[in-house]
Amino acid sequence: MNFLETFRVAFEAILSNKVRSGLTMLGVIIGVMAVILLVSIGQGAQVYITKELTGMGTNLLVIQPGKTSTRGGFHPPSAGTVRKLTYDDSLALRRHAWLLTDAVPLVFGTGKIKYQNMGRDMMVIGTTPEFQRVRNLFIDTGNYITQGDVDSKAKIIILGTTVKEELFGTENPLGKVVTLSDARYRVVGVMRKKGTSLGMDIDDLVYVPVTSGQELFDTDSLFEIIASTPRAEDVDRAIVQIKDILMRRHAHKEDFSIQTQGAMLETMNGILGVLTAVLGGIAGISLLVGGIGIMNIMLVSVRERTREIGIRKALGARNKDIMAQFMIEAMTLSGVGGIIGILVGVGLALIIPVFVTVLPTSVSAWSIIMAFTFSAAVGVFFGVYPARKAALQDPIQALRYE
Amino acid sequence: MIDLSNITRTYRMGEVDITVLSGVSMSVQKGELIAIMGPSGSGKSTLMNILGCLDRPTSGVYRFEDREISALTDDELASIRNVKIGFVFQTFNLLPRFSALKNVEVPLIYSNVPASQRRQRAIPLLKQVGLEERMHHKPTELSGGQQQRVAIARALVNHPPLLLADEPTGNLDSRSGVEILNIITDLNKQGVTVIIVTHDQNVAARCKRVIEVKDGQIINDTVRA
Repeated sequence: MNFLETFRVAFEAILSNKVRSGLTMLGVIIGVMAVILLVSIGQGAQVYITKELTGMGTNLLVIQPGKTSTRGGFHPPSAGTVRKLTYDDSLALRRHAWLLTDAVPLVFGTGKIKYQNMGRDMMVIGTTPEFQRVRNLFIDTGNYITQGDVDSKAKIIILGTTVKEELFGTENPLGKVVTLSDARYRVVGVMRKKGTSLGMDIDDLVYVPVTSGQELFDTDSLFEIIASTPRAEDVDRAIVQIKDILMRRHAHKEDFSIQTQGAMLETMNGILGVLTAVLGGIAGISLLVGGIGIMNIMLVSVRERTREIGIRKALGARNKDIMAQFMIEAMTLSGVGGIIGILVGVGLALIIPVFVTVLPTSVSAWSIIMAFTFSAAVGVFFGVYPARKAALQDPIQALRYE
Repeated sequence: MIDLSNITRTYRMGEVDITVLSGVSMSVQKGELIAIMGPSGSGKSTLMNILGCLDRPTSGVYRFEDREISALTDDELASIRNVKIGFVFQTFNLLPRFSALKNVEVPLIYSNVPASQRRQRAIPLLKQVGLEERMHHKPTELSGGQQQRVAIARALVNHPPLLLADEPTGNLDSRSGVEILNIITDLNKQGVTVIIVTHDQNVAARCKRVIEVKDGQIINDTVRA
């Protein structure tokens, strides 16, 4: 008995009981759909994070005060015994670390900004002109911080678009004076609109020269130094160079840590990979339940067709012919269910981000292949027992079965 | 063609063994037309199952065309049923979802005949039993007599040398019964060996040789002149 014939027999059996076959398949459809959809959401998050992190600028190195033993990850700058990173450290890097294109000092804090009678607390970044370049954040109107501003601790401020609109509305802010934590700053520029990144509103920030920022926050240390290399291949050598230069300035102690963008990406992707696997695993359980549904229906089907099995055996069907017939029936149920599940799952994965913008999805070939293989395997696994039961029927008993 | 010697068949029912056939010996020559008669419970159905290679004897030797049956595997028995034996049952035993034509084709599926040839071989047999106009009907759309004719066409599709009929007229009205018997005796005249299990005297009257079974033993084996 050839495969095509067995397949036709199985297919006719499925079609002869459309409602039951449909409901059985529904279990597999929902399982496969859930696997694809949830994995797509997990991967969508991964793609989103990768895009956002690389969108900050490429080949970045972040130097923070304090030493951590692990590579990557986030940690607060430690206080106390740790020697601070200073503006001079950033200047030394800029001067001596020839592998770096930039070494941008950064202070970070909050200040109360006021214009006329409007005002509120605001994130303030103190930095240098090169910050635009390393973070891909550019000025829209007016001027950015200049090196002269940094050297002279100029009281100038650049506004993010959200801040500008809040304080000035449609009014031209350039040349206006705002108060920032009781000091007066002149607005010299407005940033280009950037939107949110990783849940943070990039437009809801103001920028001042790093030296003015240190004065504002009453500190002589930096929050971090952002460095960049021209090529990704230079990152490892640049790390060595940074360590060398900074340790010479810090009494030969490595009291700072260097994070690379790659390490950050790795950490995030690691976390999201686990999340995706967990989601896929949970969805896989529903696929397993679908498989049990197939086994259940196949057992009913074998019982119902006991007489048919007897007739076929009397007419010369071998055990393996009967086995194949029921196996293929189970596999067709799970296979067709799997295909429909893929179509529905991929369809939903493509449609959902259109309506729910916070839920990015990314459909990958491997999740489709995995879901389909798994559903086919479910068909085989849960088809074997009923099919064996059918094949081993005694023909005489089966013929007498009413 | 068939040689049974000292066939015994026992079933185990819980703790007790029930002997259904004990020491049955008989032989069948090619081209014979035989009726096996006996009351229900006499063991004639079990004898039929053993003859049809659906069952194996507990002891004794069954030789079919010089092959020892009890030594064969399940698959080899299936192949003998497929090629060497045609079955006609009291309850027709057609597959309800398939048309008459498809039903006749079923044995050919298991002897690996390609689909196109199956059709070509099935149609003449349906003509032979007078059902060419109804070959696309399903069993439920056919009368009992017509269903039994489909079953006969199916039994013959692989041109087996032996036809086993188990009460072939038992579920039919007398007119259809006679028609079916005519078809079967015609086949015998064409050279097919036929064994009919029946308790109908009218059926037995048409057979040259009548074997009577009672309590698991052959009590009478007569050949009419």
